[in-house]
Amino acid sequence: MAAPEPEAPTSARSRAKDHSPWNWLLFIPIVVPLIPAFFNADSPRLFGFPRFYWLQLAWIILGVATTTLVYQMTKKRGDR
Amino acid sequence: MMRDHLTEIIVFTFLFLLVSAMGFVAARWRAPRDMAHLDEWGLGGRNFGGWITWFLVGGDLYTAYTFVAVPALVFGAGAMGFFAVPYTIVIYPLVFLVLCRLWSVSHRHGYVTPADFVRNRFDSPILALLVAITGILATMPYIALQLVGIEAVLKTMGVTGESTIARHLPIIIAFAILAAYTYQSGLRAPALIAFVKDSLIYIVILVAVIYLPYKLGGWGDIFNAADAKFKASPAPGDGILLNANNQLQYITLAFGSALALFLYPHSITGVLASRNRDVIKRNMSALPAYSLLLGLIALLGYMAIAAGVKPLPGATQGSVDGNTVVPLLFDQQFPDWFAGVAYAAIGIGALVPAAIMSIAAANLFTRNIYREYLKRDATPAQEANVSKITSLVVKVGAVACIVFLDPQFSIDLQLIGGVIILQTLPAVALGLYTRWFHRTALIAGWAAGMAMGMWMLYQVANPTTGKKHFAGSAFPLSEFGFDTKKTIYVGIVAVLVNLAVAALLTLVLRAAKVADGVDHTTPDDYFADEGDPRVVPGAERDADSAREPVA
Repeated sequence: MAAPEPEAPTSARSRAKDHSPWNWLLFIPIVVPLIPAFFNADSPRLFGFPRFYWLQLAWIILGVATTTLVYQMTKKRGDR
Repeated sequence: MMRDHLTEIIVFTFLFLLVSAMGFVAARWRAPRDMAHLDEWGLGGRNFGGWITWFLVGGDLYTAYTFVAVPALVFGAGAMGFFAVPYTIVIYPLVFLVLCRLWSVSHRHGYVTPADFVRNRFDSPILALLVAITGILATMPYIALQLVGIEAVLKTMGVTGESTIARHLPIIIAFAILAAYTYQSGLRAPALIAFVKDSLIYIVILVAVIYLPYKLGGWGDIFNAADAKFKASPAPGDGILLNANNQLQYITLAFGSALALFLYPHSITGVLASRNRDVIKRNMSALPAYSLLLGLIALLGYMAIAAGVKPLPGATQGSVDGNTVVPLLFDQQFPDWFAGVAYAAIGIGALVPAAIMSIAAANLFTRNIYREYLKRDATPAQEANVSKITSLVVKVGAVACIVFLDPQFSIDLQLIGGVIILQTLPAVALGLYTRWFHRTALIAGWAAGMAMGMWMLYQVANPTTGKKHFAGSAFPLSEFGFDTKKTIYVGIVAVLVNLAVAALLTLVLRAAKVADGVDHTTPDDYFADEGDPRVVPGAERDADSAREPVA
């Protein structure tokens, strides 16, 4: 079980696509929904929804847009 | 009582039996060569594509209890209950980054559970055992909560009896059926049923959010009615907006719950069952569609206020069962047949996650306790068999929780569950990025975080219900000596303590040059994808998860 570490294959670099600067964008939908100062208010209302509710529902769209963008920019291209 | 709800009961029973039949048929769906293998029974062949994963993970995270409890919380406390929305927004980018790595390393080494990963990464069977036990303990009350969800529906339909057994008979029958088809079909059953569950829920919610506001005078009136109720109530923390004292609680609860949710073994099972990294990433951008649903479901709590719903009495004298709010709203506002469909959606919504959770707990037991400590040379067939039987035991345990204990107790246990599962964060989630932490330090951090979490939960009282301990997850910062009325989510503090202890002790142990075992993974493992040439072939995969792939 305690076999020696196999040598990391030389192809490691080419497949390390996780390290993309695009990934930093993902911190936007992680941080923004957690700042109550943005949404903790009644006005303006939208279709009768206080800001607290419609703006947090709008963050969902922010989350979808960001993850979709990052996915599109980082998905593997080319030969593999 | 029951006769008033006959149509509802018939529709409910019909749909319930329909999906049960699907559960049994699922064994032959996407037919595996050999079901007697944990990869097949417990992970559906590790071959689920985009759509199935979407329904499976969605069905995993948005449970019957969510559909019943979140609106109940909004009904009772207002804005605070809406934390579920930021919570389910924050999750997906986190998973996008973190669980992809777990998928890759698990794919290459044939890991079935997060504890498998920890064992090999940190070369520590003890740490893996702690992760496995934490996972099982946190999952059990979660399954029991699904039963609380079904029970709220049954109660509203008047399906209750006087004696303990009569009252719980429908639940016992439902769970016996669930246990039988999970035993036979494994993860394929909830994956197939999730299609029906979600279709029903989407239909019900879309109708509810279009029809009910129209009936109740529009969204503006609904929010005004809720506002009026909370202004009149003496409770300090409620209102349609957050106040100065509970904002910190709101954000730490949302963030902590998000971290906890993807550490739960059943979420990880859903992710590991997908075919490749692409499926996971695509899903993380599509799954928030459920968050929108959840936000609308949460607002059913306000609709119930506007409609003047009075919750049914609870288990003890003088208490009310807030969980009946949504079923009662449907009962009052919808024709019987449609209320029946809505109830079936909630009931089936309980079966999907309960099945996945029991499978995840069973896999943990099999991989990290049975094979590690009881039978080292277990064959894949033996493993699959042990898992199947354990999944039955887990479900019997969950039913026993509901039948013999106050359901409120399950809710309290689940609260603890969220806090304890967070304590696996340094080993599992951070372990995917760094092996800097020393294995002994991780064990000490886990113990410190657990102790801190339990102590804090013990201090939380709720004057409204008269409970002195374990009455919630909002820890008053004044207990730490701060001069404030602000509260904070217990789990966040506990995991910070955990991390601090782990980090400090790591420095000490490194300085003392204490042996730290061998990392059986390579940096390259964390990027592996479907078709990777170094994946251990299926037949050998389960022979020994610690086996090194041949380079």
